[in-house]
Amino acid sequence: MQNTLRRTLVAAALGGVCALPLAALVLPTHAQNAPVPIAIDNFTFNPQKLTVKAGTTVTWTNMDDIPHAIAAVSKQFKSKTLDTDDAYSFTFTTPGSYEYFCSLHPHMTGTVVVEAAAGENTTR
Amino acid sequence: MRDVEEDGLNRRKVLECMTWVGTGVLWTIAGGVPRSAGLIERASAQEMRGLTFLQISDSHIGFDKPANPNARGTLEEAVGKINAMPAKPSFMLHTGDISHLSKVSEFDDADRIISQTRLDVHYVPGEHDFLDEDRKLYRERYGRGSKGAGWYSFDAGGVHFIGLVNVVDLKAGGLGNLGADQLAWLAADVKDRSASTPIVVFAHIPLWTVYPEWGWGTEDGGRALELLKRFGSVTVLNGHIHQVMQKVEGNVAFHTARSTAFPQPAPGTAPSPGPMKVPDDKLRSVLGVASINFVQGKERLAIIDAPLQG
Repeated sequence: MQNTLRRTLVAAALGGVCALPLAALVLPTHAQNAPVPIAIDNFTFNPQKLTVKAGTTVTWTNMDDIPHAIAAVSKQFKSKTLDTDDAYSFTFTTPGSYEYFCSLHPHMTGTVVVEAAAGENTTR
Repeated sequence: MRDVEEDGLNRRKVLECMTWVGTGVLWTIAGGVPRSAGLIERASAQEMRGLTFLQISDSHIGFDKPANPNARGTLEEAVGKINAMPAKPSFMLHTGDISHLSKVSEFDDADRIISQTRLDVHYVPGEHDFLDEDRKLYRERYGRGSKGAGWYSFDAGGVHFIGLVNVVDLKAGGLGNLGADQLAWLAADVKDRSASTPIVVFAHIPLWTVYPEWGWGTEDGGRALELLKRFGSVTVLNGHIHQVMQKVEGNVAFHTARSTAFPQPAPGTAPSPGPMKVPDDKLRSVLGVASINFVQGKERLAIIDAPLQG
């Protein structure tokens, strides 16, 4: 927390040319990571496996005539029940492999693989 | 199989499971093979002695999609059909998915319509009945006196009825789930009962593996059946798949009931499960309720699946 706060302050203070790359590090929903969709269609997640950079927001939308709900196996994220056309978004900030399933229809499974954002290693 | 034949159980354990089809032809399922056995009126009149109860399932009150824009209306029709039965059944089982989205208004409407049967109703929850944040609406309305997530048992007409919950704590990639607590309760519940007590188990998701690719089965259903193995007559009644399916395995007869809201495709005949749109004039032929008759001394319960129409 301390670290993130300090970096944010530095980014704010520097401004100008330096602000862009620093902002990409500290603001998880920066514009370069536009939300990536996953469709829930015919009781499947499409794409079933999705790879994104850290900081990307993923949005699930239920296209079925039956409700579904997103639940991470690790319990790190969980949606409320999604009726037809409802959507749920989660922003993945930490690299890793995230397995999830539909908590109503658990045979429906998917994975989001989150890769380190470009330049992230330099700040560790 | 060999054991079964040596015991001569194949004859005694024939499933007298009758499906009320279109023109009133009665089907007897013997060893899983259906054959026509005569006219429904005559045969059902003979069977309608002993304990008769109903199974209703998957009302999905609140569902309004093209597969059936009026799930309330078709439940009302089912209730009308129940009220028109010549002999009043003793009670009704509801095998879950009372509501579509666990909304108060949906449960209210379901209760208002179902209460018009003036029958005692024994419920088990479907996954659609546990969608409110605290999962408390179902428990408050239907789960009084039950254990855990809503399991319980009761006795009627010499039969021991066991209502199970297999729609909570579902695991990724898995099927329906009973869990260790419920299995321990079940073991204790049946422990001191005579093996000659007829058992009826009812739960939302099929306890047997109907089609795992679509999640139609219960992960630890086999463990529940293991606990019931010593009983001479076990009937398992489920919903969830919105179509009639039946199977006999040893002393156990499995049966799933139709929905009153919308049909689902037969396993593997569509890209996925889910509401299936049929022509409007066909809808009522794929919705319905089941009537179950038990005669003391007969090991198999007779089940008649009555569509709303046709």
